[in-house]
Amino acid sequence: MSTTNKPIKTTSRPARTLAILGLVLVAMVSLVFIQGATSVRLGLDLRGGTSVTLQPRIAPGDEGKVTSEAIDQAVSIIRQRVNSLGVAESEVAAQGSGTNRQIVISVPGDTGRRVVDLVGQTAELRFRQVLASASGIPAAADAAATPAAGVSAEVNAKFAALDCTKPENLQGTGVDAPTDTLVACDRVGATKYILAPAEVLGRQISKASAGLDTQAGSAWYVSLTFNNEGTSAFGALTSRVTSLPEPTNQVAIVLDGLVVSSPRITEAIPSGNAQITGSFTQLEAQDLANVLKYGALPLAFDRGEVQQVSPTLGADQLNAGLLAGGLGLLLVVIFTLLYYRALGFVTVGSLTIAGLMLYVLFLLMGEWIGFTLTLAGIAGAIVAIGVTADSFIVYFERVRDEMREGRSLRTAAETGWVRARRTILVADFVSMIAAVLLYVFSVGGVRGFAFTLGLTTIIDLIVIFWFTKPALVLVSRSKFFNSGHPLSGFSSKSLGMSVAKEA
Amino acid sequence: MSKLSGLGGRLYRGETSVNFIGHRRRWYMISSIFILLSIGALSVQGLHLGIEFKGGSSFTVTTTSPSVTDARAAVEEAGVTSEAIVQLVGDNKVRVQTGSLEQAQNNAVQDALAAKFSVSASTIDTQIIGPSWGKEITRKALYGLFGFLLVVMIYLAMALEPKMAVSAIVAVIHDVFITVGIYALVGFDVTPATIIGFLTILGYSLYDTVVVFDKVRENTKSITSSSTKTYSQAVNLAVNQTIVRSTNTSIVALLPVAAILFVGAGLLGAGTLKDLSLALFIGLLVGTYSSIFIAPPVLAQLREKEPAMQALAKRVHARGGVSVPASTTAVAAVSGRGPRNQPKRKGRK
Repeated sequence: MSTTNKPIKTTSRPARTLAILGLVLVAMVSLVFIQGATSVRLGLDLRGGTSVTLQPRIAPGDEGKVTSEAIDQAVSIIRQRVNSLGVAESEVAAQGSGTNRQIVISVPGDTGRRVVDLVGQTAELRFRQVLASASGIPAAADAAATPAAGVSAEVNAKFAALDCTKPENLQGTGVDAPTDTLVACDRVGATKYILAPAEVLGRQISKASAGLDTQAGSAWYVSLTFNNEGTSAFGALTSRVTSLPEPTNQVAIVLDGLVVSSPRITEAIPSGNAQITGSFTQLEAQDLANVLKYGALPLAFDRGEVQQVSPTLGADQLNAGLLAGGLGLLLVVIFTLLYYRALGFVTVGSLTIAGLMLYVLFLLMGEWIGFTLTLAGIAGAIVAIGVTADSFIVYFERVRDEMREGRSLRTAAETGWVRARRTILVADFVSMIAAVLLYVFSVGGVRGFAFTLGLTTIIDLIVIFWFTKPALVLVSRSKFFNSGHPLSGFSSKSLGMSVAKEA
Repeated sequence: MSKLSGLGGRLYRGETSVNFIGHRRRWYMISSIFILLSIGALSVQGLHLGIEFKGGSSFTVTTTSPSVTDARAAVEEAGVTSEAIVQLVGDNKVRVQTGSLEQAQNNAVQDALAAKFSVSASTIDTQIIGPSWGKEITRKALYGLFGFLLVVMIYLAMALEPKMAVSAIVAVIHDVFITVGIYALVGFDVTPATIIGFLTILGYSLYDTVVVFDKVRENTKSITSSSTKTYSQAVNLAVNQTIVRSTNTSIVALLPVAAILFVGAGLLGAGTLKDLSLALFIGLLVGTYSSIFIAPPVLAQLREKEPAMQALAKRVHARGGVSVPASTTAVAAVSGRGPRNQPKRKGRK
């Protein structure tokens, strides 16, 4: 490339700018190796896994309960529960702000349903004396029956109406106040109960573990150890009910408003140990023990969104995303080469640098702020190819306009820049507003789209200021471009200048 | 290609000129018809909302022998009585979508499908959306939309001109309306990815409009100090000068989106990629249209109401210039005086 020595009135030093950009790139790449961040962290939709978004359930009159502290506490309890699964790279985080926060749990691999059950459970465990029990189907006869001792007619009517065959009554709402008399179903919906106010609470448990009773046909159970307070409360409860008639000699173990089991108490238990049996599988028993060990959540949560992606689909989506990106890039490159001829190579160079910077930033941000690339993020990056290329077009067309006014390419590259810069800044700023607002106002995976879009807008600015413009100024000093070679993209023919002369 | 480039030169100097502003009634008419169709489609058919907005469960089984009948049977075996949508996705997947189910039912459907197609339950891709989740997403999307329009309007009013901001927003609202209308008309699924697509279009549509308006601003900077062109004519020249640019940026923006759409719809069948790119694809086309045919005429109309601009128009008439392109004749406003008589733009130093 022959650079001219003629003094052009220009303040820019393109070669120096390009060199600085090159240094910055080298520095970024070496930072990647220093940090050891050599692979992009992929989101669950690209490698398979389960993500659950929990929303605090706000019961009427309980609005004040959903505080930031409560959410934080819930996050740490859920994190302990998820960690008990022993899956590496699981994540539990709160999203959103103030009381309108959600908890997002992501667990890679195919633990699926176990995670879903584990994290959503409030795990409020209570021991209540059984006052009455009946078959789970509502019967007219129940309503007529005399209420059991200590049961109001109102509760009795509720009891009669309760239909344990309906799935909504088997949800485990976890909203039973410990001081209330409660009507509840058991977990399978076979039996319904009237239960006395709770006498022992989950927080009075100091230890919980799963065990296998080999004698009773390998049934899994959860054994509990109470703290001092719990030991005396449980002792008092069991010694009081032993001599009572059926069914009031049963103590129901209630988890989140559902009766897990209601053993008949034949003797007082002062030792502070208890067992929950209830036809558990091994996993169920282990998960319940874990849940009880780490305590109940301070709030009840609804599962807002559950997404399970198998590793196969994840790989498919990753491949599709990469293929779409490659194809999109190829199309844009072909178009710019056809339209701008040799000048298209400046575009290709700019896109290459933009791509390299984006990839490096993905790597570094994965290391620094735990950025994970999702499918939506890949889509954002692909869409950004267009935005980035748009800036070049705005600039190049401006330069061509300047040349149509009779300026030489060398001058036009500078004067056109002054005008194009403004347009590009305004347009990119609008893109940035869009990206920021999308990020703030979106939930879950689609945030990745906004994030990449914002990131690429910034990269676009860096590339056009530090690469495209200096590169164009450099090539504008070359003979090939400046003489208006037919393939340069700046020939008078392609500018429509010859037409003008003939007219 | 070079033909197009040459056209760019002629358009730039105003030798070839399409009367975008003068024919505004025509463009308004076309857009009104589309908007009316959109409103009609919206009120008659409404939007086809995905389960993310209504709440519900979606199960996708990857199997070598996908079958709608088998999947339907499995759902019934699991005891789900509410209506389920079962469809084949690609050639090796079958997808079942149901209304809101309880967790136990979700598990039952998963197990039944796994048993029916002899696959492991963990290979079934599942998405479960709680009933109140959709409201949350919708609320956030609406906040996002209004927040965006407001912030952009303020910004454009400061960076360009207040009336340009108004015109740009009119064009954006026009785009949203027509895009939503197309969705209602064709019955495409609306998912959160679609909404993200919608919101992104807004940014895009504005990008094109900003390019045009920036040129308008440049052309009209000192327009009242001369009597060569009315404001409308200046706007028209700006549109003609930037049309090659607008077309190019739109093509370049559309190419990657088309690639995503092709791969997303063709290879994956459905999902984030398809929903997102479809919304973008439609929106980009509409956005390109509006940045040429809607935003500039609206701006011209707004500004022509100003006394200064009316006085200018009178002066231009008095000089016997080309009539204000307010007529509905199809004659393009070619000056016919050759390029040398092209009004000199202020040179820059």
